[in-house]
This record gives sequence, C-alpha cells and structure tokens, in this order.
Amino acid sequence: MFEATDQTRRKQRQESAIKYLLTTMTVIIVLPLLLIIFYLFYKAAPILSLEFLLENPIHGMRSGGIWAPLLGTIYLVLISLLIATPVGIFAAIYLNEYSRESWMTRVINLAVVNLAGVPSIVHALFGLGAFVLFAGIGRSILAASLTLAIMTLPVIIASTKEALAAVPHSFREACWNVGATRWQTIRNVVLPNSISGILTGVILQVSRAAGETAPVMFTGAVFFKAIQTGDPFAYGLLDQCMALSMHLFTISTQVPDVPDALTYGTAVVLLGVVLLFNALAILLRIKLRGKKKW
Amino acid sequence: MVEQTPKIGVRELRLSYGQHEVLHGISFEILRNEIFGIIGPAQSGKTSLLRAINRTLEFTAGARYSGSITVDGEEVGKVRNVYELRRKIGMVAPLPVGLPLTIYDNVAFAPRMGGIRQKGSIDDIVERCLRQAALWDEVKDRLHTLGTRLSGGQQQRLTIARALSHQPEILCLDEFSIAIDPVTTMRIEEVLKELRQQMTIILVTNLVQQARRLADRTMFLFEGDIIELDRSEVIFSNSPAQQKTYDYVNGIFG
Ligand SMILES: Nc1ncnc2c1ncn2[C@@H]1O[C@H](COP(=O)(O)OP(=O)(O)OP(=O)(O)O)[C@@H](O)[C@H]1O
Ligand SMILES: [Mg+2]
Repeated sequence: MFEATDQTRRKQRQESAIKYLLTTMTVIIVLPLLLIIFYLFYKAAPILSLEFLLENPIHGMRSGGIWAPLLGTIYLVLISLLIATPVGIFAAIYLNEYSRESWMTRVINLAVVNLAGVPSIVHALFGLGAFVLFAGIGRSILAASLTLAIMTLPVIIASTKEALAAVPHSFREACWNVGATRWQTIRNVVLPNSISGILTGVILQVSRAAGETAPVMFTGAVFFKAIQTGDPFAYGLLDQCMALSMHLFTISTQVPDVPDALTYGTAVVLLGVVLLFNALAILLRIKLRGKKKW
Repeated sequence: MVEQTPKIGVRELRLSYGQHEVLHGISFEILRNEIFGIIGPAQSGKTSLLRAINRTLEFTAGARYSGSITVDGEEVGKVRNVYELRRKIGMVAPLPVGLPLTIYDNVAFAPRMGGIRQKGSIDDIVERCLRQAALWDEVKDRLHTLGTRLSGGQQQRLTIARALSHQPEILCLDEFSIAIDPVTTMRIEEVLKELRQQMTIILVTNLVQQARRLADRTMFLFEGDIIELDRSEVIFSNSPAQQKTYDYVNGIFG
C-alpha cells in the first residue's frame, strides 16, 4: 500500500542530501568561531586572573591589568544605552503606532534604515563635530556616549519597530473597539507582548557599542589614564576615559614589546563583556517569552 | 407601536477606501431595542458600515465617509469623547480575537480601561458577562488561564463577553457564529433574545436562517446599496418587494 515509487525514493535521497549540506555549512561556520575562542583563551591563560581585571595598566601598558579601560567601556556602554534606549523605543512607538502614512514619515523611516548602515567612522566624525566642538562638551565620556547613542539609535528604532509590528493588528482593534485609547492599548497589550523582542534588539547593540573604536577614539577615549583601582565611580561624566576596544588597538599596534598574553587577555575580556551582555539578552528573552501569550 | 426616536440614524452614507467606494449613499434607521439584521454577500460593505458607526474606521488610512451617522441623535463624527461612544457600542468581530491576557483580564479589560478600580465590581462584571455569553460554566474554574488557549468557539464567546463588559447600549455582532458550533450558536441566540430587552442589537450574518429567526427587521445590502429593508417576515417571505432579495434569501445567487 505505502510502497515507495522511484519518484519518492528520489525525493528521499534529495532530502537527506540537503540535510547533509546544511549540517556541513553549519559546522563550517561554527568551527572557526570555536577555534578563535579556544585560541584566545589558550594564549591569554597565563594572565587571566582577578588582579588582571582590577589593576591599572603599568609600565607603559606592558604589564599590569585593564581596570581603567574595562571600567571606561562599561561607562560608555551603559550611558549610551541609557540615552539611546528610551529615545529609540519612544520614536519607534511613534513611528509604528501613531504616525500616519505621509511623505514625512516615509522620509523618517527611510532615514532610519539608511542611518543604520552608516559606517561608524562617520558617526565618529559627526560626534566630534556636534558634541565635542559645536556643543562644547569637549572630549569626554559624555560626548563619547552621545556619539555611541547616535550610532546605535537607528538600529534600536528599527528592531523595536519590528517587534511592535509583530504584534497582530487584531489585538489593537479589539482594544479600540472597547473604547481603549491608543496609549492604553500600547501600554497594556502591545508593549507586554513585544518587550522581549525590543529588549533583545537593544541589548544586542551593546556588543556594537562595546566593540567600536573609532567613535570613542575621536570623542572621549584616551590612550592612557590611570584611575583609582577598585572604585567603580572613578570616572566623572566629563572626564576622558580609557576603553577596551581602543586599549586593544593601542597595545597591539602602537606599543612595542607588549607580552602576547596581555594582548590576548584584553581581547578575552572584551569578548567576555560582549558575551556577558548577549547572554543577558538571551536570558531576558527566555524569561519574557515565557509570558508570550498567543 | 409608539413613536420612537431611532437609536441609530444613517443618512446618505458614502464610504470609501481611497478611490474605491464601498457604500454608495445609503440611508436607514435602527430602532431602540430591536434586533436589526443585515444580510448580503461578501464585500457588500457590512463590516465597513459597523466600523464607521463606532469610528474605528478612522484607524484605517485612506478610509473616508460622507453623509451622517447619528447615535441617540448625536452625530458620531462630532462626538468629543470617542471612547465613550465606543463603549456605548459592543463590537464582536467575525474571527475571535482573544487578547493575550487571562480569561478574567480579557473581560475585565474594558471596565478597567474605563476607570473602574474596585475588585468587587470587576468580579461581578466578569461573571455577569461570561454568563451572558454562555461561557461561565466552562471557564469558571480557570479564569486565570490564558484566553488565547481556549478553543475557537470559546474564544468567540469570550469576545462576546468582552463586548458586553462595558455595558453597551448597542451590540454589533459581525458574523459571530462563523467559529461556533450550532448548539452553542443556539444558546447565544437565546441570550440575544433576552439582551434585546436592554439593548439594540445589530446582527450581521451570512446565515439567512439566523436573521430570519432573530431579526425584527432585516436589511439586504448588496454591493454598497440597500436593495430592501423591511420586517423580517416580509424579507423572508415568498414575496419580498424585490426579486433580488428573494433570489438571495433562497440561495439562487450570491
Ligand atoms: N482596510 C481596508 N482597506 C481597503 N479596502 C477595504 C478595507 N476593508 C474593506 N475594504 C474593501 O471594502 C469592501 C467591503 O468590505 P467589507 O469588509 O465592509 O465587506 P463585508 O460586507 O463585511 O464582507 P464580508 O461578508 O466578506 O465580511 C471590500 O471590497 C473590501 O475590499
Ligand atoms: Mg465583514
């Protein structure tokens, strides 16, 4: 009754061939990644310790730890997100939920999409011109954070809009039908059901903000600055700071005779910061998706 | 019958989406506490009409209407508090939309948005509406599970409960029985007969028999024009005024 004809056998062969192909591709992608991480850890192993994290670089950055750049990066990332997240989310809510189709909104949407693709060096120059010079903030953590915020904003807007648009329109109509205002609808139904997607989009921008060198180099990061060790409030908003990404660039290209382990150790910490935030994103997503309700 | 002010008055209503005109200047009145049936093939503009009445049409970009729609003598286009207007009208869409909330919260949503805070009164509203929608017995032990986990028919009754939760004076049912089995449909029809004591009911239906059973008067809408509007006995008799009505009711076309 259910006997395989030639045609079905051919289909089955095709099916398993494709499966092998896809598996191979995945391995090809994942393997180098694992190798890189393994290699980094292997090279950095001699130096990785708590002291490495908690001490300033010393001896012309040829030894010591990475406390100053680590704290600087955390400052830059957190402050830029503190600025970009509310602005981005509210802008996306406006664009997706309130704005009417008009040439204005079309231009704005187009701008958002295109700004997301602007190279970071351009944002860096903009930040230098707008915040450091024109606004007169000077090279500082604030100016650098603002620059990073401008850089991440379009992507946050785009990903938030996507998350909002994924909530079925019929939910909104059901709310409007019973006399709920737009904001009540957004607050009670749309946001609770898109928040996991929104936050994922936001947190993934952390990796970008943490990894970029050019925008902070132009606007507030310095080659070297020793700060009080162990004090998480060692930087002020208008201070200049060190940053991991730039520190890595410095010790691997600008300073001669830096021990390998130090360079690789810095890379591992940078990777660790990014992965930590991404892990946070995944956890948050899992936690919030448990609440997804349709 | 004593003289009545119409609950809803529609004058020369033209409705269009962009260039596409859907209603071509229709006029009719819906009386207080009647069940008003609207029948007509797909695309004839029934849903659009309901959305114009509760002003949710304005959420659709490019949708416009001219002419006049009054509810209790008040022009809906000029209503200041549109949310109050929408609360006056309970709306049940063809496909059930359980909000992604618990069963309880689904029904409590409208009263809460309307500003009712006391837990006791919300409890009462939830129970009353679920009973009216013939759903209470099935869900009373799991009010705090997700509404979206109910079966299609149960979800539809949940939307009916939600439409009743803001104590509307007008209840619009847009092909509400698409997703419900015949037995439950019958139970809801019984409920509707009771509800008409308290409210005006607009019943849009593709089931000609349902309009015949329930509606006091029935309007036959066809491609944006009223073909015939009369007491249901006439519409569903062997001799309605229009041949087209007879043909549609008897399934000869449409
Ligand atoms: N949001 C919209 N945008 C553009 N055109 C629309 C929209 N909604 C409805 N229409 C058009 O309006 C016409 C009438 O649609 P409507 O939904 O009012 O008909 P209906 O009588 O309710 O049909 P059905 O019995 O299938 O529900 C259709 O031609 C439809 O294409
Ligand atoms: Mg319809």
